[in-house]
Amino acid sequence: MNQAPIDNIGISRGSLKSYLTGFVLALILTAIPFAMVMSRAFSPGVTLIGIFSAGVVQILVHLHYFLHLDTSSAARWNVLAILFTLLIMIIFVGGTLWIMSNLNYRMM
Amino acid sequence: MTPDATAISATYRAEVAHPDTVAMQTFGFWIYLMSDLIIFATLFATFAVFSRSYAGGPAGKELVDLTYLLGETLFLLCSSVTYGLVMLAVHRGKKKWVLLGLVVTFLLGLGFVSMEIHEFYGLVAKGYGPDRSAFLSSFFTLVGTHGTHVTFGLIWMAVMMGQVAVKGLTSPVQSRLMRLSMFWHFLDLIWIGIFSLVYLMGVV
Amino acid sequence: MFGKLTLAAIPFDKPIVISAVGGAVFLALVILGLITYYRKWTYLYHEWLTSLDHKKIGIMYIILALVMLVRGFSDAILMRSQQAVAAGGHLGFLAPDHFNQIFSAHGSIMIIFMAMPFLAGLMNIVVPQQIGARDVAFPFLNSVSLWLTAAGAMLIMVSLGVGEFSQAGWSGYTPLTEKAYSPGVGVDYWIWAFQIAGIGSTLTGINFLVTILKMRAPGMKPMHMPLFVWTAFFTSVLIVWAFPVLTVDLALVTLDRCLGMHFFTNDLGGNMMMYANLFWTWGHPEVYIVILPAFGVFSEVSATFSGKRLFGYRSLVYATAVITILSFSVWVHHFFTMGAGPNVNLFFGIATMLIAIPTGVKIFNWLFTMYRGRIQFTPPMYWTLGFIVTFTIGGAAGVLMAVPPADYVLHNSLFLIAHFHTMLIPGTLFGFLAGYYYWFPKAVGFRLQENWGIRAFWCWIIGFYLAFIPLYVLGFMGMPRRLQHYVNPAWHPYLLVAALGTALIGLGIVFLGVQLVVSIKERRALSDTTGDPWDGRTLEWLTASPPAAYNFPKIPVVEDIDAFMGMKEKDVAYRRPEQYSDIEIPKNVPHGLIIGAFAFLGGFAVIWYIWWLALVSALGILGTVIARSWDDDPHYLIPAAEVQRIEDERHRQLAAVAQRCPADAPASPEPVPGR
Repeated sequence: MNQAPIDNIGISRGSLKSYLTGFVLALILTAIPFAMVMSRAFSPGVTLIGIFSAGVVQILVHLHYFLHLDTSSAARWNVLAILFTLLIMIIFVGGTLWIMSNLNYRMM
Repeated sequence: MTPDATAISATYRAEVAHPDTVAMQTFGFWIYLMSDLIIFATLFATFAVFSRSYAGGPAGKELVDLTYLLGETLFLLCSSVTYGLVMLAVHRGKKKWVLLGLVVTFLLGLGFVSMEIHEFYGLVAKGYGPDRSAFLSSFFTLVGTHGTHVTFGLIWMAVMMGQVAVKGLTSPVQSRLMRLSMFWHFLDLIWIGIFSLVYLMGVV
Repeated sequence: MFGKLTLAAIPFDKPIVISAVGGAVFLALVILGLITYYRKWTYLYHEWLTSLDHKKIGIMYIILALVMLVRGFSDAILMRSQQAVAAGGHLGFLAPDHFNQIFSAHGSIMIIFMAMPFLAGLMNIVVPQQIGARDVAFPFLNSVSLWLTAAGAMLIMVSLGVGEFSQAGWSGYTPLTEKAYSPGVGVDYWIWAFQIAGIGSTLTGINFLVTILKMRAPGMKPMHMPLFVWTAFFTSVLIVWAFPVLTVDLALVTLDRCLGMHFFTNDLGGNMMMYANLFWTWGHPEVYIVILPAFGVFSEVSATFSGKRLFGYRSLVYATAVITILSFSVWVHHFFTMGAGPNVNLFFGIATMLIAIPTGVKIFNWLFTMYRGRIQFTPPMYWTLGFIVTFTIGGAAGVLMAVPPADYVLHNSLFLIAHFHTMLIPGTLFGFLAGYYYWFPKAVGFRLQENWGIRAFWCWIIGFYLAFIPLYVLGFMGMPRRLQHYVNPAWHPYLLVAALGTALIGLGIVFLGVQLVVSIKERRALSDTTGDPWDGRTLEWLTASPPAAYNFPKIPVVEDIDAFMGMKEKDVAYRRPEQYSDIEIPKNVPHGLIIGAFAFLGGFAVIWYIWWLALVSALGILGTVIARSWDDDPHYLIPAAEVQRIEDERHRQLAAVAQRCPADAPASPEPVPGR
């Protein structure tokens, strides 16, 4: 049985450096929202924006450094698939929130 | 299938995991993750719809212990990185390091799941179970679905430890480890959404 | 030990039910007896039940679909005859609780256990061959999907005799499906049948998405794919991205029922309309999941039997893509009347109307494909023409209902019933029946008898109009759907006509059965020795009928759309390679069957609260998956010599046909009757 490392699998492998960079960035991006909430130093509006942006950036960090999603041709279908998922999620989640809040506004 | 065909496959052992088979499995698994992402998106939408439906029960603020949450988050984040190191060891063909890394990742994951079970147990004991209000139903379901996924990831990881130990780092085993890595990082991704949208935003 | 299950669950007190159950059990015993008598169990097990061959899995899917078609149609007959007699004070022969179960079962079966297996079956048989592949991307997963679907179907069948089925309609609206209003096991049967089959469908979607993206023959660019492959691709996209929503929605109802949660209850913050919202978020894409593959069939059929390349191939592909995206964003039109504001209803109303545009494009594509073609009036062509006319009528009714104020008038009336049957019977079933006839010789090696097919078509189409045009009228007269009896005498004549139409459709189904029997009897005269009975255009006609396990001895190279027609024109279609090589194909394994069996047991256990059995089944599934993952050599090898032997035989047959009628060889060696 073949013991050689498998290659050409649509996703690149990453290196020690990329994992550690990702880890440090993720730690920072986790610390920011937690600190904002725990310290109560900011107004709720600013805190919400902070949590949201840190979350989005951290998701991108994970996608790039841990799941190795990039613009290389090998990962092209993977990127297309997740972009399509994003579109459908926006339609489903956005639609649901719009429909249900509109209903609540009118019926309650 | 004819009996002599089986005999031939035993003597003439073909290379099973072609690179394109592995690529196809990886891609197929990615598509599965996308459908799983829709599951979580639907649960997030449900949580958002019921995020104020307390029905006289507790609000988000009263449920969250931020230090505890930070602990859970660090368990999962560290396990993501240790799994990354497992994959590096896989590519270098270091079986012992792979096993060690899997054990560490498993323990970290187990730590996360145990903390979550403990948290749920405490809430139910206080009378804040999932049957208390629509808000709590959606909270338990969303967080619990993630926890269930992590649990299945742990079972899978245990199986893979067995396969690495028995079979060594063959191509099919490598392919499975690769897919488990995608699953594991994906769950970390979902957790970012959960601690940001469900817990932190609930406290603000 | 047995949870809620006692002997009282078997409805001995209901003569209609118990005779239906008796009949079904008797039929099953006869079939099992015959298999035992002819000692076919080993054959069945080794060649079929454990098979990972996409063609055999496809055939099994279609057998399941046809059986469930008969079951779902029996429900339709019962409903129509009940409404034909239960007028003006008469209560008919079906009690209200039984009538409710029948309409719920009819919808559930026709969508999930007739349409879904039928399309999965056609995709399985055809897609790998059309893209020049030897199997699907994940043959084992394919077997799991099949047996999960079968497990769901078994649950519905069992609900007939053990306990009851849901009385809440196929869409199972809350709060009616909550524990407080439906304490029995009926709703649980509905939930678990849907849930298990739904997971099977999701896996099918993933499988075909990867198959079509990654396994095409060399040279086959996306814009070279046959149109059926395109529609299978978009159907898979819809499945993968829409079915998870159903999974969640059903899981939330389950949590409400089993763990006392409050998602869709009336109290403690629940919101019943959230259920409808999620259900149709899946439910509308589902409509296109079942319709798109039929569009693919019509495209293949109209090109082949008009002897022309498909008109406007690219516009058909783009129209399918637009339908796919739009179908994700129209779901509110199923519940305009729930009380959302005009902005919401307007947005979704307009989005709904927009779908008519790409669909209209398709209608013109098919018409222009036929225009100036040498049309052969075979049964698939009849189904196609019947579809084009009828579907256009139903589409017009749909655009009407997409106007929210009009929908307020028509919602929940028989007009709606007439509308969606006018979409789904021609748009799905006619397409699948056309595909069934068209690819039948490819799957089993002989053609279906033509005349009985045409007779069946006329029964279906006339019966269809008789059964559903009165329903449009009744809708305007204000008759709601799902009435067990009614007092308005003005409705009665229309319902009598509808019952007559249903009887005629029943005759159409009988004729389809006769066609099958006659064709099996005359299989020698109808045999397809060339693999290309219709002078086909796409790659599936290059293989033998039925194809060898490996489909293609050498993977073909594709240069254009209608690849096989191109090969025939250049006279290279049947050129033999200098030598054959070993071919690797998946080994048969029983794990898919075992997983399906455990899924059935587990579903049954949860429905009846037999918790130990549910746990055993869950562990059984887990253990089976792990056991399978331990097998690293899931293939067996067909040696080159064996390939050589099979191909020699095939080319001997081809040469014999070419000698008999050299001018027309190798297409249509026998004159086709009735042309």
